[in-house]
Amino acid sequence: MSGSKGSVTPPVAPSPNVLFETLLRLGDDRLVLGHRVSQWCGHGPILEEDIALANVALDLVGQATMLLHLAGEVEGAGRDEDALAYFRDEIHFRNCLLVEQPNGDFGTTIVRQFLFDVYSVVQCDALTHSTHPELAAIAAKSLKEVKYHLRHSGDWLLKLGDGTSESHDRVQRALNSLWRFTPELFAADDIDRAAFAAGIGPDLAALQSQWSSIVRDVVARATLTMPPDVPIRAGRTARQGAHSEHLGHMLAEMQIVARSHPGAKW
Amino acid sequence: MDPEVPVLSVCDLGIVRNVEIDAAGTVTVTVTPTYSGCPAILVIEQDIADAIIAAGIPSVQVQTTFSPPWTTDWIAPDARARLKAYGIAPPGRAESGGLVQLMRARPAVQCPYCDSHDTEIRSEFGTTACKSLCWCRSCRQPFEEFKAI
Repeated sequence: MSGSKGSVTPPVAPSPNVLFETLLRLGDDRLVLGHRVSQWCGHGPILEEDIALANVALDLVGQATMLLHLAGEVEGAGRDEDALAYFRDEIHFRNCLLVEQPNGDFGTTIVRQFLFDVYSVVQCDALTHSTHPELAAIAAKSLKEVKYHLRHSGDWLLKLGDGTSESHDRVQRALNSLWRFTPELFAADDIDRAAFAAGIGPDLAALQSQWSSIVRDVVARATLTMPPDVPIRAGRTARQGAHSEHLGHMLAEMQIVARSHPGAKW
Repeated sequence: MDPEVPVLSVCDLGIVRNVEIDAAGTVTVTVTPTYSGCPAILVIEQDIADAIIAAGIPSVQVQTTFSPPWTTDWIAPDARARLKAYGIAPPGRAESGGLVQLMRARPAVQCPYCDSHDTEIRSEFGTTACKSLCWCRSCRQPFEEFKAI
């Protein structure tokens, strides 16, 4: 992560804000995607997939719980993981656009999951070397799980892409449609640069090259065509609170019970 | 006992990482979750606390650690035999290193009923996060495998 071998310059100590923001970005990606995937529960195309998607959702929400719990401790303002999940408004969420996109058909869900799973695997792998020990521990634990997620989504991408003309066309359309949200995953801003300088976060350029080579390989084997590269949208990103219209609706559903009955226990 | 796999104790699974007792007699148990999202975590922690209180210890604390991350390699041989007898194929060795082995050729899982290796994985995710769904072509029965992680 930080510094080359033999470097005499100590890492720049991270400001609490950089660490807090970094943990929110990691936690919110998993919370939002976990909730989206959980919406398949009871609607899976076959029983095995219903169970598989519910398991993936559970892992993601579990990872979000660890990350947001740590974020709350770092912030030191008395907010725990539930307060961060249920009592922040849309503009305070730091997830990327990709994970908040609606489920669409099963193919769309699989493409979204595959693009995120590859990102999560290379990201967690890099984060196991984070100078922040608790973050490194969460990353090492999560990495074992997301490898299974990637095996699942990658397996389906191959089956659907190299399946019937209907399944092929559907996942190709989903890939074309979701592709525009992928540059944001690697667009480093001041928070990412500071996190990398402090050794707590990864070098996003290095992640992008690892991500890209895995994605290209599987897309080719699935007999799909890589969409053309797109420039990143100008202005504030979702990581800075500028979300698509879909997140607000999702949060309304996710947060309504906790907000209607604050402090409720069951 | 694990509420989802009642033939394994929390010690068999390697969930209990440490037990300490201080001068005041307070017992502190350190546990690590199997999967981040395992819904049984809270039940397991409560069961541990209840069992210790039932044994006559007045003060108990259960705390959680994430490092080192839980691995199925901690499940002992006799516990693996009990898993198999219960109808769940025990886990193989957890892979280490290697960033991604997507679609890697996994060694065939041995059927816990008829011991055949002529089996296939139907889904990487079974009835709980820790298991996958398999099918034995030999005795034509579905079974679960405890995933190596």
